[in-house]
Amino acid sequence: MSINRRNFFKTVGVAGITLTGLESLGSPAEAAKADDTEFYGFLYDSTICLGCRACEKACAKAHGFPEPEDDAEVGVIRKTSINQRSVINKFETSQGEMMVRHACMHCNEPACASACLTQAMYKTKEGPVIWRADKCMGCRYCMISCPFDVPKFDYHSSNPIIQKCDMCFDRVQNGEIPVCAETCGDALFFGTRRELIAEAHRRISESPDSYIPQIFGEKTAGGTSSLYLSPVPFDELGLNTKVSNESYPAKTKGFLYSVPSVFVLLPSLLLGMHEATKSKQSKNHEND
Amino acid sequence: MTSPAYPITTEKKEKSIWKFLVEEFKPRGKWLTPFNVISLPVMLAGLVLIVFRFTEGLGAVSNVNQEIPWGLWKGFNVVTGVAFAGGAYVLTFMVYILKMDKYHSIVRVTVLNGFLAYMFYAGALVLDLGKPWNIFNPIIGNNFGASSVLFLVAWHFMLYIFAQLIEFSPAVAEWLGARTARKILSGMTIGAVIFGITLSTLHQSGLGALFLMASEKIHPLWYNEFIPILFLVSSVFAGLSMVIFQGSITNKVFAYQLSKDHRKKDNGIIHGLARVCAGALFAYLFMQIIVFIHGQHWALLNTPMGYWWLFEIIGFVVVPLFLFLYSYRNYNITLIKVASIITIVGIILNRLNVSIIAFRWDAAAHYVPSWMEIVVTAAIILTQIWIFRWVIHRMPVLRESPEWAKDH
Ligand code: SF4
Ligand code: SF4
Repeated sequence: MSINRRNFFKTVGVAGITLTGLESLGSPAEAAKADDTEFYGFLYDSTICLGCRACEKACAKAHGFPEPEDDAEVGVIRKTSINQRSVINKFETSQGEMMVRHACMHCNEPACASACLTQAMYKTKEGPVIWRADKCMGCRYCMISCPFDVPKFDYHSSNPIIQKCDMCFDRVQNGEIPVCAETCGDALFFGTRRELIAEAHRRISESPDSYIPQIFGEKTAGGTSSLYLSPVPFDELGLNTKVSNESYPAKTKGFLYSVPSVFVLLPSLLLGMHEATKSKQSKNHEND
Repeated sequence: MTSPAYPITTEKKEKSIWKFLVEEFKPRGKWLTPFNVISLPVMLAGLVLIVFRFTEGLGAVSNVNQEIPWGLWKGFNVVTGVAFAGGAYVLTFMVYILKMDKYHSIVRVTVLNGFLAYMFYAGALVLDLGKPWNIFNPIIGNNFGASSVLFLVAWHFMLYIFAQLIEFSPAVAEWLGARTARKILSGMTIGAVIFGITLSTLHQSGLGALFLMASEKIHPLWYNEFIPILFLVSSVFAGLSMVIFQGSITNKVFAYQLSKDHRKKDNGIIHGLARVCAGALFAYLFMQIIVFIHGQHWALLNTPMGYWWLFEIIGFVVVPLFLFLYSYRNYNITLIKVASIITIVGIILNRLNVSIIAFRWDAAAHYVPSWMEIVVTAAIILTQIWIFRWVIHRMPVLRESPEWAKDH
């Protein structure tokens, strides 16, 4: 971990950028890297979903949660919780009643994972964002940072957990597909993010009347593994369209990059000032 | 120079140090003071609630929820409290780096306040952690989440506590009568000061940077990419206002400790600090205005949140700015104290706005702290005051250093 000269000057340069603004730091290199990796993900086609809630129930069963009882209803927003990792909600839209599934978006560059100071929240190379109980200290900074409000904290336990969809990581590792996608098969697909984006674009171009020409998640939050197709603007489906297209960790990068240079420059500056003012003083003031 | 008597004196001394410590740890003075009568029950209640919190989970005492996961303990104790503790780094900068000797007499008490504040904020942080036993993960290095602003802030807290301990340690040495130790420790002061200022700059701004990823969750009038710089600049006048405020209380309560000379200088110090506060407030106001214009949020002003924002900026930045300027010109010490109190309230407002009130201002369920959270918060502050009082009574913080330690 030696700091070579080039890196050092890069850091100092970045410190300058911090003062002028952070937008310039989209870090294209990292985005390219993320695109190279074959992240897995979901494609959810809301035009096909009937709202049978089979995925939701299968998820609960597979993870030992009580079966979610209340049905999706217009006007009621059901939320994921400490014992529910995905929910189906019903919305009244410009195209009539629509169903939509909400769960973790599995961002390419997740805010929660970059927020986590113990790497308990972790973006695996397969794509799932997982939470690891043995590392977490329960500070809930991941919850502050996640733009989709996905991580849920168990406030009523002396040994709490953070609950969230982990894309059935243990199954993915074994080459199986997540329980929900396996159960559904019609509206919810599992695959590599690249394939799914291609498939989504194919659907849009084949029946341009059925979809708006955008994929929620393709650019959202710097790209996510959960992708949505919709016939109506996404906010009508309760998807958070306020989320920016910039990756969330990029928002703090400018600050974090400036830290090393402050650590080098400020002490030397202070020492210099100290020396300069010292010479002006009479000797006996030197100590204390 | 090796006199045969030397080992005997050490032995004697050690014995007496032991006795001395036992003596010193005993409480002094009257027990039934109004302050004790009020603070003791609160502290006991706080202790019970803390036990309850660890056995039953956070939700049993705190009203934090899934949308607003940080409540009073983080928003007030940590985010606000650290701003107030900023007085220590600003003053050490003025005294040790700029050599403004006028302020030397209040450095110790300010550093002590800062040190205790940080100790207790770290404590509040642990209370708020769901799984505090994993707190060592980011420290011993088996799980460095180095991309996390919180990681940086946590490390800086820890290191800064050490730096402040070193800055304060000569007072402890004087109390214990440890001459050699004092010499070594005060030789380390300037290093600790430089390190401490650097750490403070970074974590005061880092506390603001914590919220950078909550870009859509914080109301646009409070969220902008300059939060770190705004937090840093406001920590200057937050810290100094707290120095003025705390100073005027401690000087009354511990009046017997102060030499005549000290008391005479006091008004001059407050007067000088008022000018620095005014300067920092002006810079802060200027930045807020630039950020506001840059953000183009004119339409938002005419909403309830907009009024709230104007209330904060006009009532608690513009007004104290003018009060500081006016009272500085007219050498009106009382008015300076009033201005510092308004500034303190303003900082509380600002930090709570960013971390709690304007955070998910649009959420269905708003967060209001439970009475239990408030009691624990009060208990933490009161315990801090108890320890502060204990130290002031014993160590040369307000009073002059012993003769032997004076001119070296
Ligand atoms: S609550 Fe746990 S998972 Fe979330 S940021 Fe804190 S340590 Fe990481
Ligand atoms: S991927 Fe697994 S954990 Fe996530 S919603 Fe589907 S079944 Fe539940």
